[in-house]
Amino acid sequence: MATPLARPQQAAPHQPPPQQHNASPSDWRLADDGPAVRVRNFTRRFGDVTVLEDLDLEIAQGEFVALLGRSGSGKTTLLRTLAGIDPAPGQQVLAPDTRAVVFQDARLLPWKRVWRNVALGLKGEGLRGAGIRARAEAALTEVGLDHRLDAWPATLSGGESQRVSLARALVRDPGLLLLDEPFAALDALTRLRMHELVLSLWRRHAPAVLLVTHDVDEAVALADRVLVLDAGRIAAEERITLPRPRAADGAFQDIRARLLRHLGVDAGHRRAAEGALVSFPSGEIVA
Amino acid sequence: MSVVAADRKPVRFRLPRLRIRGGRWVSPVLLLLVWELGSRTGIIPERILAAPSAVAETFWALSVSGELSSNLAVSLARALVGLAFGLAAGVVLALIAGLSRTGEVAVDPLMQIKRTIPTLALTPLFIVWFGIGETPKITLIAAATVFPIYLNLFSGIRGVDARLIEAGRSFGLTQAELIRDVILPGALPSFLVGLRYALGVSLLVLVVAEQINASAGLGHLINNARDFMRTDIIVVCLLVYASLGLAADLFVRTLETRALAWRPSIIKS
Repeated sequence: MATPLARPQQAAPHQPPPQQHNASPSDWRLADDGPAVRVRNFTRRFGDVTVLEDLDLEIAQGEFVALLGRSGSGKTTLLRTLAGIDPAPGQQVLAPDTRAVVFQDARLLPWKRVWRNVALGLKGEGLRGAGIRARAEAALTEVGLDHRLDAWPATLSGGESQRVSLARALVRDPGLLLLDEPFAALDALTRLRMHELVLSLWRRHAPAVLLVTHDVDEAVALADRVLVLDAGRIAAEERITLPRPRAADGAFQDIRARLLRHLGVDAGHRRAAEGALVSFPSGEIVA
Repeated sequence: MSVVAADRKPVRFRLPRLRIRGGRWVSPVLLLLVWELGSRTGIIPERILAAPSAVAETFWALSVSGELSSNLAVSLARALVGLAFGLAAGVVLALIAGLSRTGEVAVDPLMQIKRTIPTLALTPLFIVWFGIGETPKITLIAAATVFPIYLNLFSGIRGVDARLIEAGRSFGLTQAELIRDVILPGALPSFLVGLRYALGVSLLVLVVAEQINASAGLGHLINNARDFMRTDIIVVCLLVYASLGLAADLFVRTLETRALAWRPSIIKS
């Protein structure tokens, strides 16, 4: 891929307008052309522990946002709230009706063949019979797995499982795609291939994306905007306008160093600290 | 850093290897030969144990006369009807306890209490309640098979990977769809383990239940044979019980390879 890539079109026609969920005041609504996600003054506590405090977040339609943070910084909590897995009653959280999650572990149902796992993503769309299979097949073709339609999940490699998981998420054309460290368990080369795949799928389907990761290079390579979550708040924000695919050149390294500083790592001593905070692969491989 | 001594072979004791294919048959066949020899020479009197050849003859005679098959059918029907009741009750109770906390609180303590009472100890009570006809026999089998089904299905339901349920929820599956697509298939392997136990238990209890004044069935055959000291008939019936056990096991295994085709161990084989 040699040409610089344009931003995806805003507000693809198939996306329904964002809807309010998790209950909040009625005067608080989003317009059709407004952001895909809006979170205001969001606070989340588990017992005495405050995980997120007074957090504000907006994600435009079709925007690719990466969320960085140390372990326990509340990244996953925020993602789960947006996914509707951890409902937050009485809080101001707006997200599209059609959301899909890709987890770090692919979470395919081992007793359903690959295409049926993808078809799970179509629940509630009222499709029947051949229509479901055709949609699942199309989604699997997009991720390059049209030859594994009838395979059992147990026979897939880690990368293949994650691609099925991506197909399952995208088969419903979600307005919001939530990625919870989806590549953390993959080897470095597979991970790079997955990055390309995610970008091409994002261009085609144009969902808003929230990628939770602790890999700074991954965030800089993929996102329009990188947020650093610290102590329950967004501590830093970095907008990245570099054309994709992004080589690990000077500008890339500058952004990377700034983000690492926000995460409490001095880029000058990056090597020593890398093991603790920044996961493999290092920026040099991203080319 | 360490150097592995390559020239030292591990010393292992080995029995001399039998070069016959399927060497596992040898010892049972030897036993049969010794048994036959003992009977022929009169070391083993017939009233203690009939010779294998006599057992085979009796087996043939009973099969030809239809006596064996008709009694077998009666016994099999008892086991299956009892098992069907036990299975149904076990599945229903496990679903109630497994799928809701209230259900668990209501059902599980009772089942645990029931578990502490050996089912066969209920025999006298069942005879008092249900007489000596078919009812106590079937009830006994049903009561004994409920527990393996209940326990395994219940723990199977509770053991379903919570991350899969969460994933299902994130895709908007309704509660009914979650149960059908995620929870029940996830609990199926445990259920089949329970079914295998239940089949075994049903045969075990059948043997005891059939001693209650049966007028037909394998137990009836054995009781009559005992009265006339026909050890050959008793052995034939024991063999039939054994093959029932084998058939039950084969049945569940076949069921497993079909229903659990997605399991890595089955995919490989």
